[in-house]
Amino acid sequence: MSAPVIDIRGLVTRFGTNVVHQDIDLSVAAGEVVALVGGSGSGKTTLLRQVIGLLQPDAGQIRVFGQPLFSGDALADRRLRQRFGVLFQQGALFSALNVLENIAFPLRELRWLDRATIRDLVMMKLAMVELEPRHAWLMPSELSGGMIKRVALARALSLEPELLLLDEPTAGLDPDRSAAFVSLIRTLRGQLGLTVVLVTHDIDTLTALATQVAVLGERRILAYGPLDHVMNVDHPFIQNFFASGRVQRTPDTTVR
Amino acid sequence: MNAPTVSFDREGAAQVASLQGDWTLQGLEGRIDALRAALDTGEARAAARWDLTGIARIDSLGACLLWRIWGDRLPPALDAGEHTLAMLESASALGVRSRVAPPTTSFDSLAALGRAGLSFARQTGDLVALIGQLLLDLMHIARRPQDAPLREISANLYKTGVSALPITALVGFLIGVVLSYLSALQLKTFGADVFIVNILGIGIVRELGPVLVAVLVAGRSGSAMTAQLGVMRVTEEIDALATMGVQRSLRLVLPKVLALVTALPLLVLWTSSAALFGGMVAASIQLDMSYGFFLDTLPRVVPIANLYIGLAKGVAFGLVIALVACHFGLSVKPNTESLSSNTTKSVVSAITCVILVDALFAIATRHIGLPGG
Repeated sequence: MSAPVIDIRGLVTRFGTNVVHQDIDLSVAAGEVVALVGGSGSGKTTLLRQVIGLLQPDAGQIRVFGQPLFSGDALADRRLRQRFGVLFQQGALFSALNVLENIAFPLRELRWLDRATIRDLVMMKLAMVELEPRHAWLMPSELSGGMIKRVALARALSLEPELLLLDEPTAGLDPDRSAAFVSLIRTLRGQLGLTVVLVTHDIDTLTALATQVAVLGERRILAYGPLDHVMNVDHPFIQNFFASGRVQRTPDTTVR
Repeated sequence: MNAPTVSFDREGAAQVASLQGDWTLQGLEGRIDALRAALDTGEARAAARWDLTGIARIDSLGACLLWRIWGDRLPPALDAGEHTLAMLESASALGVRSRVAPPTTSFDSLAALGRAGLSFARQTGDLVALIGQLLLDLMHIARRPQDAPLREISANLYKTGVSALPITALVGFLIGVVLSYLSALQLKTFGADVFIVNILGIGIVRELGPVLVAVLVAGRSGSAMTAQLGVMRVTEEIDALATMGVQRSLRLVLPKVLALVTALPLLVLWTSSAALFGGMVAASIQLDMSYGFFLDTLPRVVPIANLYIGLAKGVAFGLVIALVACHFGLSVKPNTESLSSNTTKSVVSAITCVILVDALFAIATRHIGLPGG
């Protein structure tokens, strides 16, 4: 196969004296859907923010598409960031812009597309995330939680990224909406051939989407591999995590 | 990466257009206009068959570009890979280029006028409701004094009053110096030097001191109040307070109003003193007027009613500033744009209202405290 999309080597993160990551190695191959799971405070979101380039690790190296995130060349750094889309947990839509302007924003920033084409592309993205054209004129404050996620996904997809990073994509959605959102991401991944990295707590999201699972805990990666392989790793945290997930999915077994 | 290209071939009698390369956002950058031109020729329009099998990669932009070039439909004869076809399929959802714009009617400008009028009426109504609510809160406190938000009042007094002392003193002193210096130049030419005390006394105590403080406080504390309440609205903190059974008007608005109503007259006194002191210093330098003479003459030529009017203005201005600031803070909508526009509106409206109230005072007190009045 070709070179890994994300390549993390010897990553160390500290907050004060608290060591969050100690010598983490992780590589994500093209076309994979990698789920980062772990308990609260295990540094999943921190790792994701480091891959995005919002945080710098204290030691170690992160390469995305074979290039370092901070190369010192502002133009190269920007081009690299245009190759991946990020869906933030709360959507992070620009509250002063409507849906159309939110999705159009990254396209306008390219500064070489004309208005009509941008408008067409936004409408295509809206259709892709199964929203209607009339929703384009709504403000973020007028959207429901599920719609915010969809608009944020459309914005993340607007630059045709090869890599999609999702932070808790289904948090705050009801089970029905969350299932619909997961199947939407799966469809889009099939259509666009995306590599996806997601942080999640939700076992259903995990089983439905992930081809690979990385379990973070005790400052390192406890297990990395396909779901059924990871589930059989004999480690108290992993056993606990998947056991509690199973109970959630079949609530009738917990009734006594 | 392969650059996107177009070529035309003859295949017997038929013209075939072949597309190659990456028709993607990256591939098309800088080449989109050239390709549009190449595809908008007679040669391209005459093409009987389109061969898209040479396209390595295509994304929404490439699909959308081709869809528009073909005149919002697929060409009758088309060879393309599965992925390319799927992309073109999703572009076909665009349909015919329509004017996707918010629906407008010819009465839009009239409707905008009506909306502005209704919004003004609603704002006024909300402000009156806020005043009524504050009166009810005061009555509630009179009955249950243990509910009085004393800590909040004291905190607001410190923020709006005590911490404003240095800046108001500095501004007052400088204005006093400037006023005294300019007046002295004029008075000297008439030999009417002693009247500097009358001018400064009446002007500062009655008019300039209160207005100066009100403008400073509206910019300093009024904007802070609006922004604070606005952010609390955006982050739903006000709703959280409401669910804990804490009344927002009693805990958030009333302390601000009471604190400002208390602090502003005191600031007026403080700033007027600083301005008079500045005037006195300038007069002694410019006109050789001794401090003792200035201080001795001041109470004789400025009736004490002027001080009361100044302090009363302070109370009224404090009430106006706090009410306007709280009203705009509470009407912030949960987005950043509304927060900034409401903060601006709050300061501008507060200063405008202060000037209006000042004019009312001038009319109502025209027979009081003025020589020959």
